[in-house]
Amino acid sequence: MVIDPEREKTIKEDLKKSHFGEFGGQYVPETLMTPLKEVEVTYNKLKDDPSFQEELAHYLRVYVGRPTPLYHAENLSNKLNKGKIYLKREDLCHTGAHKINNTIGQGLMAKRMGKSRVIAETGAGQHGVATATAAALFGLDCFVYMGEEDISRQSLNVFKMKLLGAEVIPVTSGSKTLKDATNEALRDWVTNVENTFYIIGSVVGPHPYPTIVRDFQTIIGRETMSEIEKVEGKLPDYIIACVGGGSNSIGIFHPFIGIENTSLIGVEAAGYGLETGKHGAALAKGTKGVLHGSLQFLLQDDYGQITPAHSISAGLDYPGVGPEHCYLKEKGLASYVSVTDEEALVAFKLLSVSEGIQPALESSHALAYLEKFEPEKKDPIIVVNLSGRGDKDMNVIADALGVEI
Amino acid sequence: MTRIKERFNSSKQLIPYVMGGFPDIEGTKKIIHALVKAGCEIIEIGIPYSDPLADGPTIQRASEAALEKGTGTLDVFSIIKETKAKDDYSPVLMVYYNLIYKYGVKKFANLAKESGVEGVIVPDLSVEDSRPWIEAAKEFDLDTIFLVAPTSSAERTAMIAEVSKGFIYCVSLTGVTGARKKLSSNLLSFIERIKNSTDEPVAVGFGISDASQAKEISAVSNGVIIGSAFIDLIDKAQSIEEGASDLEELAGNIIQTIR
Repeated sequence: MVIDPEREKTIKEDLKKSHFGEFGGQYVPETLMTPLKEVEVTYNKLKDDPSFQEELAHYLRVYVGRPTPLYHAENLSNKLNKGKIYLKREDLCHTGAHKINNTIGQGLMAKRMGKSRVIAETGAGQHGVATATAAALFGLDCFVYMGEEDISRQSLNVFKMKLLGAEVIPVTSGSKTLKDATNEALRDWVTNVENTFYIIGSVVGPHPYPTIVRDFQTIIGRETMSEIEKVEGKLPDYIIACVGGGSNSIGIFHPFIGIENTSLIGVEAAGYGLETGKHGAALAKGTKGVLHGSLQFLLQDDYGQITPAHSISAGLDYPGVGPEHCYLKEKGLASYVSVTDEEALVAFKLLSVSEGIQPALESSHALAYLEKFEPEKKDPIIVVNLSGRGDKDMNVIADALGVEI
Repeated sequence: MTRIKERFNSSKQLIPYVMGGFPDIEGTKKIIHALVKAGCEIIEIGIPYSDPLADGPTIQRASEAALEKGTGTLDVFSIIKETKAKDDYSPVLMVYYNLIYKYGVKKFANLAKESGVEGVIVPDLSVEDSRPWIEAAKEFDLDTIFLVAPTSSAERTAMIAEVSKGFIYCVSLTGVTGARKKLSSNLLSFIERIKNSTDEPVAVGFGISDASQAKEISAVSNGVIIGSAFIDLIDKAQSIEEGASDLEELAGNIIQTIR
């Protein structure tokens, strides 16, 4: 691997602070500034605390099921003829996606901070389920905010959360989706800061959340690095991951940032097509703005009103994107592309029949990019982050295929 | 220099909050006129926003209703320009940061000044990220009104006092905007703590709904801010004329009680 130490140093400096270049920051009501500081101070302490790191590693191993395998998808590789494709199997994590890496981490933080109550926002319900799971495990009261629209689209996950002992609070304001659920969770936190820890589900929100969530998710990238070196004796040429808020992609990208021989490719949701305006591609089509506490690329009108996103995948149906991705894009440290709902569905079917693996619709976006990918390198090694499994999406997929189940 | 501080220095102030474009643009103008007739000298006017995360249900609903009718930043500026031509008052904008940032920080400050705005409250702008805004506001002679919360440390309170001009907005409770039946128990000592750390006027908002609460608070501060309770009143009225007249009466009563 080729790492330019000077370049790496400046990048590391940039990624350490409350801002990622100009992105990030703490655009929140004053009431939250002291609680955010408290979270930051706690996190900085725990980061270097061996007992915390051991406890976290323990749960990731025996409860989440880490390390997750890196699987050489031979059939898929042969079919697509783009290179040697490996899948990082986050779909095999407990609860079915990478989200649990983060909720276990933040759940342990809540416990150490003596907070008895945790809150979360959720879109598809994956982060809600992962939070409810961690809360059950650690004996915390759990309240999950979810847009009314999403509640009806994702009834299975709502039922699951309730069975895990969480209370699901419907959000009826605004577009009744993830962005509004996030507003409502922030309002709850403002009101109940004394006893409440806010478990944010992606690399979004005010500092220090984008950093904390990224750190808890980099286990994906660290494992990938050692796994690929073991089987291939070198690092991958390309890493491809889907980007909504951007937690699974930052998780797998982060350890590879600045490594010249590995190109990082994030795949956003093009929804009905970028030209239709109905998509979730904040990096491709957004402009700079402030949402949920940080400066980032956003889908918004000329006056700064946020416009709703669209994607078949609820996890990518978000008008913003994590500030670190914005930084990586601006610095040219990662590139970002997009695929449509339809292309994602095709990829879902392809992986199902060629490998017997049913990916989540989010992860299907990363896979779908392979179809049009034209690698510059010959016979490259490609790692795709299979961030979640498709069980939760069966209703949506059946609907899209016009099948009644 | 704007006239905001001056007004506080001459008497206690009731600052009503009005959502621009609620119930509609003409209605907003009538409401502002009624409030000035009642004796209000400083009026806080909100620009409706898609994601008002510091606001409770009442202002959220008003914001959504105004947006549905197509009210935007420029409409609110024209409301202010027009009403100021008729009535003497100091308009204070309540605006979420993205509306300023996306429009262009300097451009926004310029337009605000041109429209007659005297002060600006940005509920989701921390002092830490406020430098570009403060510079623009200074250039165009707008008061930067920052909020201080019960969770603000002494150090943060000092920082906020340093950058606040016109007045300091003291948030009475840990929570979002909205009328509450009772004031929070440590409120008076909290206000005193803020008063002791600054020479700027201190006005108290969030959760205040009636004359007796206003009286208690203004005894130890320079004034009160009431939003949701007034919006509820307009919501309940059969017509905008009735709402404006109810509002004029209630605001007049409160002003009498606090002065």
